[in-house]
Amino acid sequence: MSTTTSADSNRGPVVTDLTTKSPYERRTHSRGNFELWSWLFMRASGVLLLVLVFGHLFVNLMTGDGIKGVDFAFVAGKWSSPFWQFWDLLMLWLAELHGVNGVRTIINDYTERDSTRLVLKTLLFLSALLVMVLGTLVIFTFDPCIDPNSTLQQCTGR
Amino acid sequence: MVVLRLAGKGRTVAVQPKAASGSLYRGREGMWSWVAHRIAGVLIFFFLFAHVLDTALVRVSPEAYNTVIGTYQNPVVAFGEIGLVAAVVFHAYNGIRIILVDTNTWATRNQRRLFWVVVGLWVVTMGPFIWRHLSHVFG
Ligand code: HEM
Ligand code: HEM
Repeated sequence: MSTTTSADSNRGPVVTDLTTKSPYERRTHSRGNFELWSWLFMRASGVLLLVLVFGHLFVNLMTGDGIKGVDFAFVAGKWSSPFWQFWDLLMLWLAELHGVNGVRTIINDYTERDSTRLVLKTLLFLSALLVMVLGTLVIFTFDPCIDPNSTLQQCTGR
Repeated sequence: MVVLRLAGKGRTVAVQPKAASGSLYRGREGMWSWVAHRIAGVLIFFFLFAHVLDTALVRVSPEAYNTVIGTYQNPVVAFGEIGLVAAVVFHAYNGIRIILVDTNTWATRNQRRLFWVVVGLWVVTMGPFIWRHLSHVFG
């Protein structure tokens, strides 16, 4: 815990102290309000995720036959309802963005070299893109009727 | 430096997770809860990657999905699932604690006590979950 290093310590900190590179920061602060929005997003998405993920785990693991009941027909039953499609879509996007943002912080904390950081973040963002695009496509292009044994009304009726 | 930021920008400490975890949350419970929160977050993140890939098998064929899901339905994986849920529940409750500690002065003063509330709620949630999950797996 050091005191301020500026000449007149009673004047308090100057804004430039925060914008110039300090020995404790590996990157200068020049990204506007991005970190503020990211801080807010972590909290807002966290609260929503508590509801979404707990609901997901409760329905899939606690109700009915629990994990034993999870198979194609179970997924077909859920995704034939727009409610669960929307639930899963929101959960997918929020969890992935929240996770990416959290891991980004961790990479910033532990990487020492710029090149290492660049490589890790590139991998991170590519993996997030893959997960969000694939997950979204899967929810919207899902066809419960590719299962010939399906007992869903929408499949038996045609 | 930390003092300078705290004094100078008021809420800056909250904007910079690094500063927050290094100053506000230092200490015994505070530091361990931070380490556990971080490990749990990364674990869930990696799980989600695998989870979305194997869920995508529903687009390949019902057989492909059922075969892969079938290989998960054994006691070894069941304990892995308990570990995953334990991480999710801890991260979620502790996340709420972090939000409260950041935004509410009472919670800031009582952050250590709140950590034990998190642990208590975690135990209360995990008990019934483990019991029900294991009776599905072994029942
Ligand atoms: C062992 C625990 C889990 C089981 C058995 C499980 C099971 C499933 C199943 C059967 C689906 C298909 C659709 C549905 O049921 O809604 C699914 C989708 C999904 N799950 Fe889970 N899940 C688990 C944990 C989690 C966790 C912890 C998260 C969040 C981090 C999560 C996030 C998702 C997402 C985002 C989807 C949609 C995937 C997509 O868009 O293709 N799941 N899960
Ligand atoms: C279930 C509800 C959840 C809540 C309430 C929650 C809450 C939080 C909060 C408040 C933070 C702190 C951010 C900061 O210090 O600025 C955080 C960090 C984090 N979260 Fe979550 N989160 C949840 C779910 C998830 C999920 C599903 C994932 C993974 C996909 C995840 C991954 C992370 C990671 C990696 C961090 C960064 C940890 C660090 O910097 O030490 N969280 N979470």
